[in-house]
Amino acid sequence: MIQRTPYADAFTYFVMILGFILLIGPFLVIIAGATQTLQQINSVPFRFMPQGQFLENASAAWARADLARAIGNSFVMAGLITVGKVVLSAMTAFAIVYFRSPLRHFFFWAVFITLMLPLEVRVVPTYNVAADMFEPFRLLIAFVTGIEVSVEWNLLNSYAGLTLPLIATATGTFLYRQFFMTLPDELAEAARMDGSGPVRFFFEMLLPLSRTNMLALTTIMFVYGWNQYLWPLLMVTDPTYKTTMMSLSALVPSENATPDWNVTLAGTLIIMTPPLLVVALLQRWFVRGLVATEK
Amino acid sequence: MDKRSVFKSVWLPILFAAPQMLLVFLFFYWPAVAVLRWAFTLEPPFGGNAEFVGFANFVEVLTNPLYWNSVMVSVIFALAGTLTTIFIGLVLALAADRQLPGSGLFRFLYILPYAIAGPAAGMAFRFILSPERGIAASLNAMWPDFWNPAKYGSHALIFVIIIFAWKWAGYTFIFLFAGLQSVPKALTEAAAMDGSGPIRRAIDIQVPLLAPTLFFLLVIMMTEGFVGADTFGIVHRTTNGGPNHATEVMVFGIVNEAFQGLNYSGAAAQSIILIGLIMVFTFIQFRFVERRVHYK
Repeated sequence: MIQRTPYADAFTYFVMILGFILLIGPFLVIIAGATQTLQQINSVPFRFMPQGQFLENASAAWARADLARAIGNSFVMAGLITVGKVVLSAMTAFAIVYFRSPLRHFFFWAVFITLMLPLEVRVVPTYNVAADMFEPFRLLIAFVTGIEVSVEWNLLNSYAGLTLPLIATATGTFLYRQFFMTLPDELAEAARMDGSGPVRFFFEMLLPLSRTNMLALTTIMFVYGWNQYLWPLLMVTDPTYKTTMMSLSALVPSENATPDWNVTLAGTLIIMTPPLLVVALLQRWFVRGLVATEK
Repeated sequence: MDKRSVFKSVWLPILFAAPQMLLVFLFFYWPAVAVLRWAFTLEPPFGGNAEFVGFANFVEVLTNPLYWNSVMVSVIFALAGTLTTIFIGLVLALAADRQLPGSGLFRFLYILPYAIAGPAAGMAFRFILSPERGIAASLNAMWPDFWNPAKYGSHALIFVIIIFAWKWAGYTFIFLFAGLQSVPKALTEAAAMDGSGPIRRAIDIQVPLLAPTLFFLLVIMMTEGFVGADTFGIVHRTTNGGPNHATEVMVFGIVNEAFQGLNYSGAAAQSIILIGLIMVFTFIQFRFVERRVHYK
């Protein structure tokens, strides 16, 4: 716009810098704190300059919270959740859009209604299902046929238990559905004319065309998976399957000695880094995924 | 809204949808039915089958002052959190939309807090806003007890709202910035020709045209405040509901009632009420959003 507005420009920069202090300031405090010694971090007023103590603090946090294991588990968990969501939602959307099956409305609404059932409101019974996966089927079979079957599969303390209950996704399914709707009808017609069946059409045309959607979905779902808190907290009791969000509690400074917040902050910084890198490096995709899934 | 050209097969769509349907049935609907059953039944304290008690569990929940306390806390948390995030996001989006040199960098940075999990942010803010350190320590030295979330309920509530707002401001920023991009440039240019300055243009043209986005964010953020995963995580990792139940939001109450109090029926009744609330929000959101989405 061709207009000279020096005061408004100065005010704009003032606002943007204020926003920077509010939103990025906490990161700077975390970084500064994570690099200081025990004496430095407990001195008032706080010094915002980073010091050289980060590696010592990080290795102390690494050992105290068993971060190697937790980070490995979190990568497995976030990775499985992401792949599961990206694959299963594409398949469901394909079934909803490309077949005139009488069940497609049922599929759509079955997925849609899950939006209204967040984990927090069904946490106990979901835990029960995870503890005994086949219970619903056993009861159904007993109800329908009167036969008692005794199969049990306990998901607690396993990667399956960490991921399976979190893989169903309404937002992902809608994202694909919306994308498939915008594709021209001629595409499927042409494929059919050339003799391709639905399965081949799905794998060789739809999936390659959905590449941007998949990448966008992958970024937001990875962040989602990494940041899961309540579910792992409830179902993991075996430290072998501990995730990073659970190791946060091991990082809390003890009340009895001088609080070593430098170690805590170093550990927290390590835990924050993977999703932060995804959002920073793949921001274009991340933003696209966010805007698209909420529409 | 249907495709003209579709494939004919009976069992293929079922096969393709089956994996997700199975997960949805096992981990959403089966548990939801259990919640419904528990809400209307009560397990006798010394074993035996659960008996149907009608609305007794709801009456018990609704006559419990602690429950109403959690409702109040949730309303304050969601409303204050929502308004703060939308306000910050709006002001920053208006500033960044002016496309001054360097605003691209700010735009990149503002989104970063959204990557951080609520509990991890809570951990860091326990240090950043600690009453014994940093800015708060200096203020406390001047006015004793100016800021002490461990002691005062109102401070603790403000504390968790700050963490929520910090994380979600970048999210509202993304949507409002995208909304501003679609405001026709001709409108703002015409206003500039008529002699209105940038602030006047923002208030009289850009913000009114953002009304749909603002309304959408209002609904989304209210839902997030009431039942979002971060709401539980932030509270659990920082104040743990205290001091004296001052930060006990509804989701925290439900999880606490179930796993600490082992009162499944009470927790189920609370869950049903919350699901009703979510349904209202979802209904508003989709009535409104469906009108915004157009397929070619």
